[in-house]
Amino acid sequence: MRLEPPRRALDYAPLVFPAVMLTVFFVVPFGIMVMVSFFQRQPAGFYTPAFVFASYERFLTAFFGGVLGFSLGLAALVALICVVIGFPFTYELARARRSVQVVWLVALLSILSLSEVVIGFAWSTLLSRTAGISNLLVWLGLMEKPTALTPNFGAVLTGMVYQALPYTVLVLYPAMARLDPTLMEASRTLGAPPLKAFLTVVVPALRNTILATFIMVFVFALGSYLLPQLLGRPQHWTLSVLITDQAIYQSNMPFAAAMAVFLVLVTLALVGLSLLVGRKEIAA
Amino acid sequence: MSGLVLEGISKSFNGVSAVDHVDLAVPNGTFVCMLGPSGCGKTTLLRTIAGLEEPTSGRILIDGADITAVPAHKRNFGMVFQSLALFPHLNVGENIAYPLRIRSVGRAERVKRAEELLALVDLRGYADRPVARLSGGQRQRVAIARALALSPKLFLLDEPLSALDAKLREAMQVELRKLQQRLGITTIVVTHDQREAMTMADLVVVMGQGRIQQAASPVEIYRKPVNAFVADFIGSTNLIAVQGSGQGVTAPGGTIPGVVLAPGQTSATLSVRPEDIHLVPVGEAPLTGTISFIRDLGASIETFVDAGGTQIVAVASPRDRAEFRVGDTVGLRLAPESCRVLAS
Amino acid sequence: MSATLFRRCLFTLVAVFLAAPLIVIAGVSVNGQRTLVFPPVGFSTRWYGDIFADAAWRSALTASVTVATLAAALAVAVAFPLSWFLWRRHAPWARVFQILGTAPFVLPPVITALGFLTFWTSVGAYGQPWTVVIAHGIFFVTLPLVTLSLGFASIDRALVEAASTMGADDRTILRTIVLPLIRPYLISGFAFAFVLSLNEYIVAYMAVGFTLETLPIKIFNSLRYGYTPTMAAVSILFVAVAALIFGLIARFGDLPKLLGAWSSRN
Repeated sequence: MRLEPPRRALDYAPLVFPAVMLTVFFVVPFGIMVMVSFFQRQPAGFYTPAFVFASYERFLTAFFGGVLGFSLGLAALVALICVVIGFPFTYELARARRSVQVVWLVALLSILSLSEVVIGFAWSTLLSRTAGISNLLVWLGLMEKPTALTPNFGAVLTGMVYQALPYTVLVLYPAMARLDPTLMEASRTLGAPPLKAFLTVVVPALRNTILATFIMVFVFALGSYLLPQLLGRPQHWTLSVLITDQAIYQSNMPFAAAMAVFLVLVTLALVGLSLLVGRKEIAA
Repeated sequence: MSGLVLEGISKSFNGVSAVDHVDLAVPNGTFVCMLGPSGCGKTTLLRTIAGLEEPTSGRILIDGADITAVPAHKRNFGMVFQSLALFPHLNVGENIAYPLRIRSVGRAERVKRAEELLALVDLRGYADRPVARLSGGQRQRVAIARALALSPKLFLLDEPLSALDAKLREAMQVELRKLQQRLGITTIVVTHDQREAMTMADLVVVMGQGRIQQAASPVEIYRKPVNAFVADFIGSTNLIAVQGSGQGVTAPGGTIPGVVLAPGQTSATLSVRPEDIHLVPVGEAPLTGTISFIRDLGASIETFVDAGGTQIVAVASPRDRAEFRVGDTVGLRLAPESCRVLAS
Repeated sequence: MSATLFRRCLFTLVAVFLAAPLIVIAGVSVNGQRTLVFPPVGFSTRWYGDIFADAAWRSALTASVTVATLAAALAVAVAFPLSWFLWRRHAPWARVFQILGTAPFVLPPVITALGFLTFWTSVGAYGQPWTVVIAHGIFFVTLPLVTLSLGFASIDRALVEAASTMGADDRTILRTIVLPLIRPYLISGFAFAFVLSLNEYIVAYMAVGFTLETLPIKIFNSLRYGYTPTMAAVSILFVAVAALIFGLIARFGDLPKLLGAWSSRN
């Protein structure tokens, strides 16, 4: 088939519907949101067209600085834990039998697609006083009486790792599945024990993949908004939670929009970085 | 004229020329092999004839009618692709009947025609097989049958046998040639295998650097190559630089009697096939050299001779050749009629 | 420690971590009594029956399934012509739309949610039930876009050329060659979008949170008023539906390849 550029108007026909849909329902809403971020908020909860930086100035307070710092720190911690667990796991998964791989992939996809609501509910139950693992510890005699392990920071972190781990594995999977298996074998024949071969051959070979994965999981974790609410206290709320809160409950759309724009900029910068890292991998 | 005519066909991709001013006339019923190294433009030329590429300039005529602007799906040519391009979601019968199905030919007639075509390629009873369960040779036949389903005016094949192992390939070459002779259909095969071209073709078109280097019968191509490229590409040859005049020529290792250059020419390249060079004891031939290597291939023996710095290869059957060893000095006898003076 | 032992330990630990909350939820979903206790006291499946018997849960289920079906169909309707065009034509600038289609999924969901909230408010359609179909359709367009791009990339272009030399025009090729070959990728793209739409909370909440209760919204709202075992039953239902659908994709398609492994042989 010759891959020719479209010539007649009719050749563009298939593009019309997707282009219109994506423009009207993604580009336009996004544009409106950016516009609203500069609007003047009215005390009654509405906003009027204007071009003010009032909403952006609110970032400069210590409170929002703290929330932002906490959000980024939490996302980074989640990403770090997920990559540390996910990397060796995915490596082993990609080397397992095909049937084993398929079962795992189905399970990972199922958990990845689970609603944050369900994950939050499940973990709050697992960490609860009445139905949680503390009962198991009591039954084993390791604990005096059952206690609630939620809400606290540990619960938020655990829930978010639970949510992000399947994502991490699925992001790492293509690179691992395509990794030349003879690489390991070669280093084994040169006398390296498995762990050493893994650390000196596989990890360096996929250094950029690891970095790109870390960034992608970081972005993914930034999007978490329900788990901090369901498993944490207000001081564990992230930027995503705050945006929702400002938009729905405080009716401060300009401020919510300004925070969203800021979040987009952070995300785009990170995605750009991960693409850059990924490209180097291909070039190398 | 009747048949296929290419007039000044050129094709370039993003400014890079792939086919460069090709003129060719193919009478109806001819079996043509387009031969050349990879990247010589032969596949591009075939695809241009099929309508899969649009020529940058030039015209394509069939029986005098200009079809340059006719899209591929209206040309009614049968084509076999290098990957065979069998439809994986259709079985053998459905693949073969595909051209009929999209022309809304009734089911009963499609089945009948598919059976005829399967019989033609010796695959009776395979209609219901999934294509994935065929051997390489069977897939080949299915692709050929499918391309012939509409009794096309022109039958085009792009490296059709390249995926087969050597033995099967040779059998298919003979079979394809027989099939073509039976149907009398004008056929163009693209190949990089010169044995394949010699086996099947009425007309061999040697291409290099986007141009036709020589178009002639296999024997003529082999015996009378027009330039060093053709001589070297078709079979193996010795290219010997000679100096001379109307009286005779001198090679690095001595003189070659009987060879005469054109008037006014003082230097030229001679092409001599290895089997036309006979080794004789020193003194029996004016051209001499030292044996540097002997390769015994069983059916034949190749002897590499260093003649004044030029390496010359002679091939002989083991029975015909006197015993020589590496390091021996030998005479090289070559008949003037086997020496081809190439245009420089 | 041998490599196999290491693998077993790792697999077991991850499996326990991933399964633990689901086991507890499964346990409490068959509790004999209404309170939240584990291990379950007594056994009852009536909480599962409640999903269908209780009017509020049933309508949330209906709403979710309807939205997910329509949204997945919309996502495929946007993704298919786009990916076909990108495969069929040489038009580098059209990649812009591919990036646009991927963007909602890469950005934190709250962005898309807020974008739609401001949009629907601006055009005066806020709270209309159909708005969530469009919101989800656009939000999840990435999934069919990815599966279809993979699918098109796997079609040998010589097949299309072969069909055209046999007399098939563009439309005929699309109908007789491209569609049959792309169908598995079309279905998996639809299935991915369907499952994720079924589970999605924040975009739905910001678009129609106060007028239409989808299942995740219903669970969240119920959580605020305390615990009912039906939540656990619904959660298990979610897991089961997802596992069933992805299991079917794995059964009839090439899941490792769909997820980025180059070859499926092992």
